[in-house]
Amino acid sequence: MSDISNTHNAHTDDGRIAHAHDPSYGINIMIWLILISLTVITVAVAGIDLGNFTLFVAMLVAAVKSTFVINYFMHIKFDDAIFKIFLILVILVLFVVFVLTGFDVFYR
Amino acid sequence: MSTNATHTAAESHDAHVHVHRDDYGAKMGMWLFLFTELLLFGGLFILYMAYRVEYIQQFQIAAKELKVYMGGVNTIILLTSSLTMVLSIVALQRKNVQASIFWLVTTIVFALGFMVVKYFEWSDKFHHGIYPKGPGLMDKSQGEIIFFGLYYTMTGLHGLHVIIGVGLLTAMLIQIKRNKVRPDRFVPLENAGLYWHLVDLIWIFLFPLFYLLH
Repeated sequence: MSDISNTHNAHTDDGRIAHAHDPSYGINIMIWLILISLTVITVAVAGIDLGNFTLFVAMLVAAVKSTFVINYFMHIKFDDAIFKIFLILVILVLFVVFVLTGFDVFYR
Repeated sequence: MSTNATHTAAESHDAHVHVHRDDYGAKMGMWLFLFTELLLFGGLFILYMAYRVEYIQQFQIAAKELKVYMGGVNTIILLTSSLTMVLSIVALQRKNVQASIFWLVTTIVFALGFMVVKYFEWSDKFHHGIYPKGPGLMDKSQGEIIFFGLYYTMTGLHGLHVIIGVGLLTAMLIQIKRNKVRPDRFVPLENAGLYWHLVDLIWIFLFPLFYLLH
């Protein structure tokens, strides 16, 4: 009995060896189509002057595109929670530094 | 019965020694490295924000000099190369090594294509005297000079990452051909892919900030 569990353990190697989970071409092609569409839309509306919102809209679209790239192409959606926590922490750090610098440059 | 058990134990021990690697740790290490990259580029984006606030009009004038179609073509090239990168990984996981090599080569070709467009773009700017202390640049206002300084620094550092990416992907190609990276050991290719997607990710922000906001 212990032999069997031992063999099993060796096979999975305590989760240290990565195994693919149902890899699919289709979903990634879908994501690519969305990303290309968003790019075309951004370029098309770039001529429209939205005043102060122009930068905001451009960054919003870029953020949406990044979300797709990170979640699907970079596979974060399907990774362990610890990867997600680390990523959120890093984005939070960047955000805080941007806001603090923003207070300085906007209210000078 | 007892020999059988010993045999199994020996085999499992063998397997344990043979698979002396840590895919989980490798992936974690790659992500930690990517975080430092994010902070590196993040600092430059903060610089861009601070100067944009100070020289908003001049940034808009300077941005008109960049050709949207060139940046647009490069955006599509990079997004598509990100797709072919993923397809290469999926193909390897599905044990289709030939398809994996095909998509990997496609990714490298797209990466080189990006650098070719970049070459023509920068050459055009040099031609108009827009380079450090260049006649075209010195005629401009302070804000425009800063815009082009940031443009060369940020797209330059990004371009350097593209070149490193080409090296990394070529190394993976050799590893696959040597059967070092294979369907049961695909994490090195995945990690190279993560690096390549980061390059794409940074461009997603560079493109609108430099080319579209005018």
